[in-house]
Amino acid sequence: MSDGEVVIQFEGVTKKFGEHVILSNLNFEIYKNKITTILGFSGAGKSTLLKLILGLSLPSEGTIKVLGQDLAHLENLALREFRRNFGMVFQYAALFDAMTAYKNVEFPLKEFTELRPSERDHKVRHLLTSVGIDEFGMRKLPSELSGGMRKRVGLARALALSPAIMLYDEPTTGLDPITSKMVNDLIVDTAEAHKDRGLTSVIISHDIKATLKISDFIAFLDRGRIVEYLPAKDFVNSDHPLVQEFVHL
Amino acid sequence: MSMSKSHSQHPWIYRAIFDMGSSILHILRGLGKIYLFASHFFYWVWRPPYRLRLVFEQLFFIGNKSVFIIVLSGAFTGMVMAYQTYFGFKLINVDTLVGPVVAISLAKELAPVLSGLIVAGRAGAAMAAQIGTMKVTEQIDALEVMGINSFQYLAAPRIIAGTLALPMLSIIFLFVGCTGAYIVGTKALLIDEAIFYSKLGEFMYLEDLLQGTIKAFFFGFLISLIGTYFGFEVTEGAEGVGRGTNQAVVWGMICVLVLDYFLTSFLIRIL
Ligand SMILES: Nc1ncnc2c1ncn2[C@@H]1O[C@H](COP(=O)(O)OP(=O)(O)O)[C@@H](O)[C@H]1O
Ligand SMILES: [Mg+2]
Repeated sequence: MSDGEVVIQFEGVTKKFGEHVILSNLNFEIYKNKITTILGFSGAGKSTLLKLILGLSLPSEGTIKVLGQDLAHLENLALREFRRNFGMVFQYAALFDAMTAYKNVEFPLKEFTELRPSERDHKVRHLLTSVGIDEFGMRKLPSELSGGMRKRVGLARALALSPAIMLYDEPTTGLDPITSKMVNDLIVDTAEAHKDRGLTSVIISHDIKATLKISDFIAFLDRGRIVEYLPAKDFVNSDHPLVQEFVHL
Repeated sequence: MSMSKSHSQHPWIYRAIFDMGSSILHILRGLGKIYLFASHFFYWVWRPPYRLRLVFEQLFFIGNKSVFIIVLSGAFTGMVMAYQTYFGFKLINVDTLVGPVVAISLAKELAPVLSGLIVAGRAGAAMAAQIGTMKVTEQIDALEVMGINSFQYLAAPRIIAGTLALPMLSIIFLFVGCTGAYIVGTKALLIDEAIFYSKLGEFMYLEDLLQGTIKAFFFGFLISLIGTYFGFEVTEGAEGVGRGTNQAVVWGMICVLVLDYFLTSFLIRIL
């Protein structure tokens, strides 16, 4: 399974909280331009793994390289800057509740780019319309938007700085089937739209159906170990008992 | 489990001491964490990016939340103080001193302390609630993922604004309070206006004003430090936010009263 350029690399990564081993000796790679899903029951350690990728917490043992860079070797400021390679879509969107949809998307551009106001405005509108938010929706506060709309705005905000890696934390958990489908389609469309510049997508999920449909690769995480890691098309045929159980849920 | 069982088998005196000890430890740990939080503030506040706009936003927010109540409380405090001192002082024929006595009590104690209590209840609570909500809805994580230092972005402007706002609010309290005392003194209690003024000028010094303003400055710092601290300490859910808000108010108020004693004993010596 050595196709493609490696974007994220785990080498002997262990994460402990005190005595508790949450992730143990992970060795795997995530490939450029692909959609990779890390699948697992709740409590398996998925969120912890995501925080490690983002450098929000450091591994107890082993190294994580993102875009060839060992995160443990970056000091505070450099690490913060490095994080701009990531676009993160949070489970409940995590929009800034005091800002309108427009301001939410404008925020990273205002903070981190030197764009002129007119260029910035153009970019914000482009980002929002490309995820299906109209003029009317842009002026709304997050509290006035539906769950699906918030997800869209969150996606637009995550894409604002053209990140190399998109991270989705449980993108469909708690959404109705129609909105779930919409979100999944958005993830695929986003990956397609940014394929030419090599966008890598990483999804954390326990939604097996959607995962099988939209992923290129699936890693199965169980109690802190990756017990299976296969291209999506081979995943259903895995003979690992836990995977079988999950697939036939 | 096993620990609480053995715990309840001990005699009550042992348990009382044990509980007292563990609450003291709990408070000490809290103090340690607040101390770290404060040193964070002094570390980050000098470092760019400087977000002046956020400081002004917060100043406006704190003022907006508190000015009306400050004016109302100031007026009635001044008025009732005028009444209370008047009837005491009249017995010994010094009723012309009502003005300076009320003004000095307001300037040195009542304005900063009562403004502090009000701001702790209004702005301190709001800080904890806002930041706590941002924490549980992952908005703080969203900032951090973008590479923004959430402490510098959320806590620093609020603490600066709180530190600057309270002296101003305290001065408003004092001014309104004195006006209230003046109206009650001269219109209801019929103290001569000219005497009221001249006695005020005779007994009131700049030091009195300074003492109150310095106090307000420290109270403002502490209240907003505590408000933002309890916001960041929130971990789980809506109840977490409620608990954090509540603690911000309680500890904010306690700190104002305790610090007032120490500041008074210190400032009296140096001013
Ligand atoms: N900061 C932490 N301190 C201690 N234990 C933690 C911490 N974060 C997560 N855990 C533990 O790690 C395990 C995995 O959690 P998590 O990564 O959130 O799982 P998932 O996202 O797959 O549901 C859980 O048992 C959780 O209690
Ligand atoms: Mg999780």
